[in-house]
Amino acid sequence: MDYPLLLGIFPQVLLDGIILGFMYALIALGYTMVYGVLEFINFAHSEIFIVGAFVGVEILLSLRSAGVLDTLPWPLVLLFVLVAGMAISGALAVTVERIAYRPLRTAPRLIPLISAIGVSFFLQDLIRLVESIWRNAFNLVYPTMDQLNYRFELTETIDVPVKSLVVIAAALAMLWVLHVIVNRTTIGTAIRAVAEDQAAASLMGIDVNRIISLTFLIGGAMGGAAGVLFGVQYGLINPYSGFIPGLKAFTAAVLGGIGNIPGAMLGGLVLGLLEAFAASYLSLLTAGAFGAEYKDIFAFSILILILIFRPKGLLGEVVRGRA
Amino acid sequence: MIRNPVHLTLALLAVLGLVALPAASNLEAQGSKGTIKIATQSPLSGGQAALGEGIKLGAQLAVEKFKGNLEKMGYKVALVPYDDQAKPDVGVANAKNIIADKDILAVIGHLNSGVAIPSSEVYKEVSLVMISPANTNPVVTDRGYLNVNRVCGRDDVQGVVGSEFAHATMKAKSVYVIHDKTQYGQGVAEFFKTDAEKKGIKVLGFEGTEEKSNFDPIITPIKAKNPDVIYFGGIYDQAAPFFKQAREKGVRSKFLGPDGMDSSDLTKIAGKAVVGMDYTSAAGPASVLPKAKAFVEEFKKKFGKNPEPYAAEAYDAATVALKAVDAAVKGGKVSREDVATAVRKTKHSGITGDIEFDSKGDRKKALYFVLQVVSDDPAKWGDNKIVKQLTISPPEKK
Repeated sequence: MDYPLLLGIFPQVLLDGIILGFMYALIALGYTMVYGVLEFINFAHSEIFIVGAFVGVEILLSLRSAGVLDTLPWPLVLLFVLVAGMAISGALAVTVERIAYRPLRTAPRLIPLISAIGVSFFLQDLIRLVESIWRNAFNLVYPTMDQLNYRFELTETIDVPVKSLVVIAAALAMLWVLHVIVNRTTIGTAIRAVAEDQAAASLMGIDVNRIISLTFLIGGAMGGAAGVLFGVQYGLINPYSGFIPGLKAFTAAVLGGIGNIPGAMLGGLVLGLLEAFAASYLSLLTAGAFGAEYKDIFAFSILILILIFRPKGLLGEVVRGRA
Repeated sequence: MIRNPVHLTLALLAVLGLVALPAASNLEAQGSKGTIKIATQSPLSGGQAALGEGIKLGAQLAVEKFKGNLEKMGYKVALVPYDDQAKPDVGVANAKNIIADKDILAVIGHLNSGVAIPSSEVYKEVSLVMISPANTNPVVTDRGYLNVNRVCGRDDVQGVVGSEFAHATMKAKSVYVIHDKTQYGQGVAEFFKTDAEKKGIKVLGFEGTEEKSNFDPIITPIKAKNPDVIYFGGIYDQAAPFFKQAREKGVRSKFLGPDGMDSSDLTKIAGKAVVGMDYTSAAGPASVLPKAKAFVEEFKKKFGKNPEPYAAEAYDAATVALKAVDAAVKGGKVSREDVATAVRKTKHSGITGDIEFDSKGDRKKALYFVLQVVSDDPAKWGDNKIVKQLTISPPEKK
């Protein structure tokens, strides 16, 4: 076995895993917040996530065709794109809730779930339709900003591109903001109150519908930001790109303990790291017998093991607790 | 009945005996013997639509150009495009619809071997002839079906052309092989790998993946092993982001791939990362085939864009199909089996060279190329440089 090689790539794999993990964590927040408040899984969240990526690519492409992409300072462009992605994904999440979930709120648990799956398919093909008319394209390429691709070479095999640092920084910043909103503000208190008991919260003068909309807005905005970061990091998106990351993020939310915000983060990181290590090391450790294609099988086997011993997730399910 | 002013004018002129109605308007002539349809099956939506659309348009051009003969005999001729979405299940479902439509006498398709093989099992039930412009997997014709033919080359040859090029021209001592786990991609990657090993090239890894966006964890070990050449057995919509991310991560290896790379979308997605990379092809780019010049001009004029690879092959395939139908019709009533038999007998001097099928449906002399990407501008895909050109007969059946 080639030990220097195995050790040599370790930091790079760790970094890859952390980036993927934060991506999953940001998406997982959307699932977990909605679940915390409504005990309902919003399966359309994977499309709300990818809409953020499409908003980002459309803005960047327009800036490029206007010829100003390379002259504007890149942190400003990125910030603007992030905010726009968050705004539109957030608004979309609120709209979806208003149209497809609110009328079904008193219906049996499975009904809004089916509605969510329907919305997911609808949005996928809507994006496909719009993009095929508007750009006549299926795959859209994120325009590269050279500064974002700059790499700090640490050693022969390890380097850290600026964009990966941006992804991590943005993810951490957003998680912190979310933490503050939920735990330190009146709005956060209201969200937690609605999560605990809708009827009692409304008796205390909280507008429950507004708070639920707000929860979707925040979750959707996080998803939109994740979408932009996903596009920046991996460079290529299509209308179906959201599905698999969405599914993984949902798994991450369950792994961390659905309904639990720090749990979503932890679950995302664990899943991202498991996947990265499986994909990079499986083939090296088994001399090619199991390749990177087994990464999901490996990662999900570990997940099953964890959930057998901790059925409520790593940090425990916080139903009726914090949002 | 006559609503169109042009038709009205023509009709009046005809009445006055000033002009003989051109053959085209026989469409509305009385005593039509029925309709003859040629179907295409290729991905018209999704990530591989660029190539699939090219196949449809190539066939369409051929049908419009050569349908006159059949129309003179009193048939209507129509092209019916189907979208197989590059998915085997969709291809098979379409195939069932196609065989149910008795007017369809030939199928031009598919793009993906993994779709063509199960779909052609359906065509075989009714001896409906399929002429493939692009399916290079050996199994396609090795089953020995009367109704299955192709105008392109084979992967067991193409893989070897690739490994020969890596060995002799790129002077590679080590390669890393990635494939997409489809019948086509994995197939050609295995032929490449086997022959590379025979030539003494060290194969540092052989990895299949269905990943479409995040290649980080696959690239990291490749970078550490630093192979001379990375071979991607697959199709451009997956290979392009892989190559792009590999370069961004500082991988310096040269890139090589099979004809699945052959689309302008490769540079559209991967940009500078793929400039200078080589790929093999079992179908010539229209720009280098001397007889294809007029075709390229016509294609551009009609559809407003350059023909994608395989459009010329689809054009030839459809022309052969029409010729065969012509020949079969002369015998009176047309059956699908007659058309399939006629295709095997057809000799055609097409824009991609002389076409004649052997007993398995392989082209007797197929062209293979090694090409190099010259520019990161997708519009200049047609300018890709030919590094090597070979004419090879299909291998003897084992």
